[in-house]
Amino acid sequence: MRPRRITNKKTGRLRGNATSLLLIFITTAFLALFVLLPLAAVFAEAFRKGSEAYFASFNDRYALAAIRLTLLTAAIAVPMNVVFGVMAAWCIAKFEFPGKNILITLIDLPFAISPVIAGLIFVLAFGRQTALGGWLIEQDIKIIFAVPGIVLATIFVTFPFVARELIPLMQEQGTLEEEAAVSLGAGGWSVFWKVTLPNIKWALLYSVILCNARAMGEFGAVSVVSGHIRGVTNTIPLHVETLYAEYSYVSAFSVASLLAFLGLVTLVAKTILEWKTKRKDKR
Amino acid sequence: MKWKFKQHSVLPGFGMTLGVALTYLGLIVLLPLSLLVWNTSSLSWSEFLKVVCSAQIVASYKLTFGASFLAAVVNAVFGFIAAWTLTRYRFPGKKLLDAIVDMPFAMPTAVSGIALTTIYAPNGWIGYWFAKAGMKIAYTPIGVFIALTFIGLPFVVRTLQPSLDDLDKEIEEAAESLGATKWQTFWRVILPSVLPALATGFTLAFARALGEYGSVVFISGNLPMKTEITALLIYTKLEQFDYAGATAISVVMLGASFVLMLIINMTQWYARKGKK
Amino acid sequence: MNKKFQMTTLILVAAIGFPFVVSCTPKNGDADSAEGTPKVVKNVSLLNVSYDPTRELYVEFNDAFVKHYQKETGVNVDVKMSHGGSGKQARAVIDGAAADVVTLALAYDIDVIAEKAQLFPADWQKRLPDNSTPYTSTIVFLVRKGNPKKIATWDDLVKPGIQVITPNPKTSGGARWNYLAAWGHILKNELGGDLKKVNDPKFADAVKAAEEKAKEHLVALFKNVPVLDTGARGSTMTFVQREIGDVLLAWENEAVLAIKEFGTEKFDIVVPPISILAEPPVTVVDKVADKNGTREVAEAYLKFLYSKEGQEIAAKHFYRPRDKEIAAKYAGNFKEVELFSIDDVFGGWQKAQKLHFSDGGIFDQIYQPK
Repeated sequence: MRPRRITNKKTGRLRGNATSLLLIFITTAFLALFVLLPLAAVFAEAFRKGSEAYFASFNDRYALAAIRLTLLTAAIAVPMNVVFGVMAAWCIAKFEFPGKNILITLIDLPFAISPVIAGLIFVLAFGRQTALGGWLIEQDIKIIFAVPGIVLATIFVTFPFVARELIPLMQEQGTLEEEAAVSLGAGGWSVFWKVTLPNIKWALLYSVILCNARAMGEFGAVSVVSGHIRGVTNTIPLHVETLYAEYSYVSAFSVASLLAFLGLVTLVAKTILEWKTKRKDKR
Repeated sequence: MKWKFKQHSVLPGFGMTLGVALTYLGLIVLLPLSLLVWNTSSLSWSEFLKVVCSAQIVASYKLTFGASFLAAVVNAVFGFIAAWTLTRYRFPGKKLLDAIVDMPFAMPTAVSGIALTTIYAPNGWIGYWFAKAGMKIAYTPIGVFIALTFIGLPFVVRTLQPSLDDLDKEIEEAAESLGATKWQTFWRVILPSVLPALATGFTLAFARALGEYGSVVFISGNLPMKTEITALLIYTKLEQFDYAGATAISVVMLGASFVLMLIINMTQWYARKGKK
Repeated sequence: MNKKFQMTTLILVAAIGFPFVVSCTPKNGDADSAEGTPKVVKNVSLLNVSYDPTRELYVEFNDAFVKHYQKETGVNVDVKMSHGGSGKQARAVIDGAAADVVTLALAYDIDVIAEKAQLFPADWQKRLPDNSTPYTSTIVFLVRKGNPKKIATWDDLVKPGIQVITPNPKTSGGARWNYLAAWGHILKNELGGDLKKVNDPKFADAVKAAEEKAKEHLVALFKNVPVLDTGARGSTMTFVQREIGDVLLAWENEAVLAIKEFGTEKFDIVVPPISILAEPPVTVVDKVADKNGTREVAEAYLKFLYSKEGQEIAAKHFYRPRDKEIAAKYAGNFKEVELFSIDDVFGGWQKAQKLHFSDGGIFDQIYQPK
């Protein structure tokens, strides 16, 4: 459905009723207080010494290495979780079977786990103290305190996003459309591509955005398994921490503000999808 | 019939999707988590109880669960309003608001913590005015609550948005044409159909808050018995090379959150079943 | 079903396999000394795992060392750094971080590595001069400009209305030094100014009474602490950026650095008449260095810390140098202060850690509800 326009297109005057205006006010105030303000604080710190200092922060080999590592990590973790998430949502939302609630709750679990613990479990699995970890180190295979550990921790932390975003929506939509398609002779894949996917595309988009945001922004878990080696195992969040601890506030907040531009990605992705949907509707 | 396990359905793909989901879940989540329990087992039962029931840790449970619950409730209410506004109305600045909803995820938790402290510390943008009125926000449980609200917000908004988008305007109009007031339409028609999504958002925000560490340690002040969260105590144990103690507390937190979330998920499931 | 099964397997293999593939790709800059063919320029990489306040020190020191080593041997060294809380860094090394050398905040953290991972002998501290501590430091007070609350000694910290900023001793090595410095000061006062009595069985009763006093004193001190950060840098931020507290207990070099970073017009350093001799030690991690073939360069690296050049860099960054000559040259940087060592007063780190900072130890009792 199309959202209602609250201002007159030509005059720009408000024309909503009291409730809608109140709701808009509450939303704006709430988001401004809880999200916009902290974001503004980040940018205020980043630009404290002017835009030159801001851009200079990125011209640093350690910063670039951190950006590369973060992109690599997200590029592995997000697609894997999307594949898993869609599959899990499909079997949970479209079928009835015992133990479903336990399965859903297990999927939620990584959210409830403190990032410190999320990192720790991989240390417990691959650390030198364990038989497996000791053997791996003998073979010169590095898992923790190297890139694979960072990827694993990120996958763990972002694991539930896609599945959890899709499940409630797909449950609500039910199975009628898919069943109709099957009864008309469609195969499994084409049912998914032609019926299910268009129905869930918004939720899928949100979940990918969230998953990606979290994958790039994760600090706690990654911090435990990374070893903080400059230029080697520092992701953007870890690099920010390093800079902050070195009293380089401007650089720290400048690099952190990069992540704020993920919001722009959201904006662009939504606009494209909206535009495509509109074009399709017209046809 | 091959799958006695599930109820019959004409849809394909159950075996494969469930298989992949379970294997992936097992490898990425359950296997590593079982190591937590395994590590705890080096403690005897009485040692375990002594660790997880000490006064300092119990105080931290209270703070963590209390502040997380409160934050999740606030997020559920305001997140609902925000999601509603963002899907239903068009107004200047809407796209910006919509785009920044994900910020609490994208910002590294440490950065959020520092930014929030910049704002709410006694010399901060907002904290200053409260300090003048004799009220402290940062370095008190209120600070913890604010940090937890911040990090949980996207869950509620982003889970609700697709569901609200999906609502059929016609049903609402039908309800109204049958004489229902706006309020009745909301309570009887809209809320029930987005309730699963709202409950999910609430659960996720709550769960996330329980484990949060990075943003809280900057704003909480970390005073034992007063503003120390459980995640910090786990970290403290680790700093002392006490892996068994750290995993013991984690196991308790894990068990508690699992049960809580299971209850919420079950309630939802029964509610849906009752409706059918 | 067969096709589905294949799909499933494929996805899973890809999922599990990918991280391993990444890990096995060779990285640039790794030690290549194992290869038989001699190269014109030899590259060795060395990982130094250190604690928080040494960041600036090792930036300058590494540059100097790389030049020095290149000149001496023709080998190009790439020194990689990792910084963090001392305990956390020790844990990383125990669990497999491939540190060739560790330079941590206190001997206890290095002891734990020796004990838990057996990467080097337990008597590591005897391998290099001066307890394997090329530079020392102490704990001083950072106060607001003009010292408005007139804080001069450890006794002033417990006065009502004084806000003290220190990190949590359970999570920060520096905070442990803060705590022990305060403790030692009280013992000395109570024992009539003679800390030697601590180890004298004749004065056992007096020492016991003094320890009771010290405990009371620390309870009062921590009552004055409004924010307990997890690390030394966090506390500095709280004091400097958030403007909370009247006095910050800090490493001498941290206090000086804070003044340099944030301006002399805002803060003063107060050096108490007595404080603790903080010894942040260093060692080669034998097993890792041998495996990486970096033992030679690792040992040279630590030895360079003791050289005139290394000592001078340490002094410039406000670590007290061991070298008499350099110490004399930089005497202006360091105020005279009576220092007691952890071995003299507390019988070493193992004992101090157990008595004060273990679970249920004296620090925990401070916060227990009565």
